[in-house]
Amino acid sequence: MVTPTALEAELLAVAGSVPDPELPVLTLRELGVVRAVHLRGADSAEVELTPTYTGCPAIEAMSMDIERALRAHGLREVQVRTVLAPAWSTDDISDEGRRKLREFGIAPPRHGARAQEGNVPVALSLGPTRTLDGEPAGAQAPVCCPHCGSDRTELLSRFSSTACKALRRCLDCREPFDHFKEL
Amino acid sequence: MTPPETTTPTGTAAPAGPGAPVFPTAAALALGDDALVLSHRLGEWAGHAPVLEEEVALANIALDLLGQARVLLSMAGDEDELAYLREERAFRNLQLVEQPNGDFAHTIARQLYFSTYQLLLHAELAAGDGPFAPLAAKAVKEIAYHRDHAEQWTVRLGDGTDVSHERMQRACTALWRFTGEMFQPVEGLGLDEKTLTAMESAWLDSVTGVLGRAGLTVPDGPRGGAWAAGAGRQGVHTEPFGRMLAEMQHLHRSHPGASW
Repeated sequence: MVTPTALEAELLAVAGSVPDPELPVLTLRELGVVRAVHLRGADSAEVELTPTYTGCPAIEAMSMDIERALRAHGLREVQVRTVLAPAWSTDDISDEGRRKLREFGIAPPRHGARAQEGNVPVALSLGPTRTLDGEPAGAQAPVCCPHCGSDRTELLSRFSSTACKALRRCLDCREPFDHFKEL
Repeated sequence: MTPPETTTPTGTAAPAGPGAPVFPTAAALALGDDALVLSHRLGEWAGHAPVLEEEVALANIALDLLGQARVLLSMAGDEDELAYLREERAFRNLQLVEQPNGDFAHTIARQLYFSTYQLLLHAELAAGDGPFAPLAAKAVKEIAYHRDHAEQWTVRLGDGTDVSHERMQRACTALWRFTGEMFQPVEGLGLDEKTLTAMESAWLDSVTGVLGRAGLTVPDGPRGGAWAAGAGRQGVHTEPFGRMLAEMQHLHRSHPGASW
């Protein structure tokens, strides 16, 4: 592991400050997808970016936004490289990122997604039509409503507006909301 | 736009330059074609799914598979050329994934069979240090959600009304003969016969468990041998695949080099 130089750290901060194209309340650093910036000469750099999901269509917009931000910072040549390993996890979302997600009306992912790996597939119990506890990752803390804070919420659909979210509803305030799924 | 090149789906890709990684092309094509073809089939549900949530769910699963296909096909060559300019016989996907959607129960049975296999396969690949390990480590987390989705629906339909039970049973039985092909060796995948046998027995245990919880009977038809299907990995496909490819490829072939 090569220690980044002061300039690389500065450029990483610039790349990380770019807002996520789908969730503009979050920066790419808070989402945990910008891995490193390596200088390749005086005014040229390579950025390592990791996708949340393999097929995430936002990755191209992210690359262009990072390139634009670094060029505006004085770099002449910017290359954004997609890296898969180590695989991104929702554990990489910072605490500040989680707070912003909740404020935006999206229930943040619960901690410990990586620790849950290897526990899948698990047998699931099934309710009559919709499930309160049919979580793929097994027994975990409840998903709380981002609007009223209640921990009584139910799953409506495992897949929502994007691959990274599930659709849930609060049983107390009755509001539906997106939940950033643990990955 | 360069003219299409003939792609030979055997051996290894020629390195693009000194130091470029060499990927096992045949294995990358087999896995990439599985993901691409199933992604297209699931995409056909857009506008037709029984409820909006399912439309979104199937499209999301299709998107995950498309992402995996792009990485895998890029290991074997130019992803667009491989997807849009190959003839039917050059595709190396399992016959299972090319089967038409049928009713919703058929799609769910196909999802259950395939995602259970794909989860076992990628868990195996992720545990190794071969060229597919980085993708597999990522994909395995996505596939866990696909399998969970398929399992939930299998149980709900199998343990539902008489009609849903009958349809789910019919679908599971109809697709059974396509499931033996999944455990044939694939060149360059790095899985020996012992591992494949263990994967197959884990697959059978898992699927038997789900069908049992769903109140469904495990089909007793052949999964291998002369009466079973399965030569997709050798480029032999079933009749509906040609029509699917024609639809998938026609825009790219009709307007070569077009862009937004």
